Amino acid sequence: MTYEFYFGDIWKARWLLLDGTLTTLRLSALCMVLSLALAVPAAVARIAGPGWLRGTIYAYVEYVRNTPFLVQIFLVYFGLGMAGIRLNPNGAALIAMTANGAAYTIEIVRAGIVGVDRGQWEAGRVLGLSPVQIYSSIVLPQALKIIYWPLASQFILIMLASSAVSVIATTELSSITYDISTQTFRAFEAYLVTTGIYFALSVAFSAVFSLIFWALFMRRRPA
Amino acid sequence: MDTPVLEMRQVAKRFGAFQALANVDLKVGRGERVIVCGPSGSGKSTLIRCIVGLEQHEHGTILFDGAPIDLRSRTSPIRSGQIGMVFQQFNLFPHLTVLQNCTIAPIKVRGSTRAEAERKARDLLARVGIEDQADKFPGQLSGGQQQRVAIARALCMQPRALLFDEPTSALDPEMVQEVLNVMVSLARDGMTMICVTHEMGFAREVADRIVFMDRGEIVEVAPPAAFFAAPKNERTRAFLSRIL
Amino acid sequence: MRALNFGDVVFLAKGALWTLALFFVSLVGGSVIGIALALMRTSPWRPLRWFALGYFRLIQGTPVLMQIFLIYFGTALLGFEFGALLSAGLALSINAGAFLGEIWASSIDSVGKGQSEAARVLGLRYGTTMWHIVIPQAMRVATPPTVGFLVQLVKGTAMASFVGFVELTRASQMINNATFQPFVIFGGVSLLYFAICWPLSLLSSRLEARLAKAYTR
Repeated sequence: MTYEFYFGDIWKARWLLLDGTLTTLRLSALCMVLSLALAVPAAVARIAGPGWLRGTIYAYVEYVRNTPFLVQIFLVYFGLGMAGIRLNPNGAALIAMTANGAAYTIEIVRAGIVGVDRGQWEAGRVLGLSPVQIYSSIVLPQALKIIYWPLASQFILIMLASSAVSVIATTELSSITYDISTQTFRAFEAYLVTTGIYFALSVAFSAVFSLIFWALFMRRRPA
Repeated sequence: MDTPVLEMRQVAKRFGAFQALANVDLKVGRGERVIVCGPSGSGKSTLIRCIVGLEQHEHGTILFDGAPIDLRSRTSPIRSGQIGMVFQQFNLFPHLTVLQNCTIAPIKVRGSTRAEAERKARDLLARVGIEDQADKFPGQLSGGQQQRVAIARALCMQPRALLFDEPTSALDPEMVQEVLNVMVSLARDGMTMICVTHEMGFAREVADRIVFMDRGEIVEVAPPAAFFAAPKNERTRAFLSRIL
Repeated sequence: MRALNFGDVVFLAKGALWTLALFFVSLVGGSVIGIALALMRTSPWRPLRWFALGYFRLIQGTPVLMQIFLIYFGTALLGFEFGALLSAGLALSINAGAFLGEIWASSIDSVGKGQSEAARVLGLRYGTTMWHIVIPQAMRVATPPTVGFLVQLVKGTAMASFVGFVELTRASQMINNATFQPFVIFGGVSLLYFAICWPLSLLSSRLEARLAKAYTR
């Protein structure tokens, strides 16, 4: 059988697609910032906090990493509703993405901190620095370089995984594409275009992360 | 003169802008022992790696028993294991026992039976003095023992010529001699050898000729007595004064 | 709205079996694709290496959800009656192939160049060298990340619910629509996934620790 591709209807919906793309970008960027902001203190607590806190963070991280994101989305979406918190789907999506992303980020940051040589700690100690000072000015800056690329790929994964939040009728790229596909009956074409957009986004993210890496670590040249 | 076992005619090789070999001519006759020395980056390892086909030379011809080596042919001396090689880093297979290291090529390439290959391997392991380690893994042996296994592994293919690429450079000083002793005994038995090494005592003892290389060229070729007593070339003199 | 009953539990159990079926289909398909790509990526022939790299970047740079939709609608356009299990299985295989292929290619690369050089000088052919020398050593390195990826694959099967395949997640969604007890249903289902994935995660990190120890010794 022959099938004739027709992208005319998709082209008519181009502004909708752009809107969806921007929403995906916004959700992903916010999720990255929030995940990192939550993960750094949580990772320190996971290493140096009291026993009950270490255990709780460990359990949370393992739970999130070993259950499907899609099920987590349902839990957050319905959970918020039952707790009486009324949020639009995009807000619920951001919370689900952050709950998920933070867990992975905690694990990456933790591994980075543990990866900094013990001698650095001991050197800081004998110089009379406080634990907070050692963390903030010796360990974390070095950990940042170790965790940079794992973190960058994690953020790209979050952006790609955000397509799953379309299940709660958000207005990001995948939801918009679903709407377009049902209205135009050109599902294959719609998803083909959107797949291309996602690919362009991940290429762009990689480029931006490379630029940031250069700005952070390469311009000045400490060893 | 007989046909040389190995002959290089105008062999040249570059890595990008770096000239690793520049029009090298070299003949090695049957039973001859040739020592190659020179400063690092002089092309001595590249010379050996071109002969066994680990690097492809861009110009010139390499002949084995008077016939050009064709790397694509299954009967080429390299792909059939007729030219053996011993590496600086041993390159033993860590997941195979010493005995299996020695028998895998005879079984897979030559089609020997396992019993035949193992009998032969044990003989050769005895010859390099480690028959009692046959069932251990390489990681359980000292560096000197590992290099002796590597020599036995190469010998199991009954090579017509054996090439050594700095075989003692990765060894702790106290283990160098045990490996050199094995190589001396091979030389005495008439094995055709090309050996890249800085062990000048060894060179003096076994070499028929010493080849000095610098910047990809063969600068000087001489028998050991003449090479050490009266080097002709200025670059050779400078090199010898630094290492002796 | 109705109460949860025993029939719902049976329905969920059936969904869980379909999740496992989809997992195995994708694992087999992904392994076949992954092996081929790993060999291409490490082959001496440059166009093959580039093809494999392009495949890795393209598949890893797009959402698995889009891949599922494209295969689902694409096979229909081509006139195949694939159904949800086969098309989801194919999409997840294509996806898993990219990740497994890259894991295995880098494991093959981790076996030093000296190993294949030594094999070549002994006269061993490409196939023998790969099978007897390189792959046995690469497998030790590959096992922990491969087991780790199985967790991703189990979780990834949930995405098949988007094309109406009634696996565990889709089944729980349907029951929730009828009974509206999201915490019990999704909480319970997530624990079911956890029971499958967590042991694999633990095994993976234990294997990794053992490997790290073996290398420092």
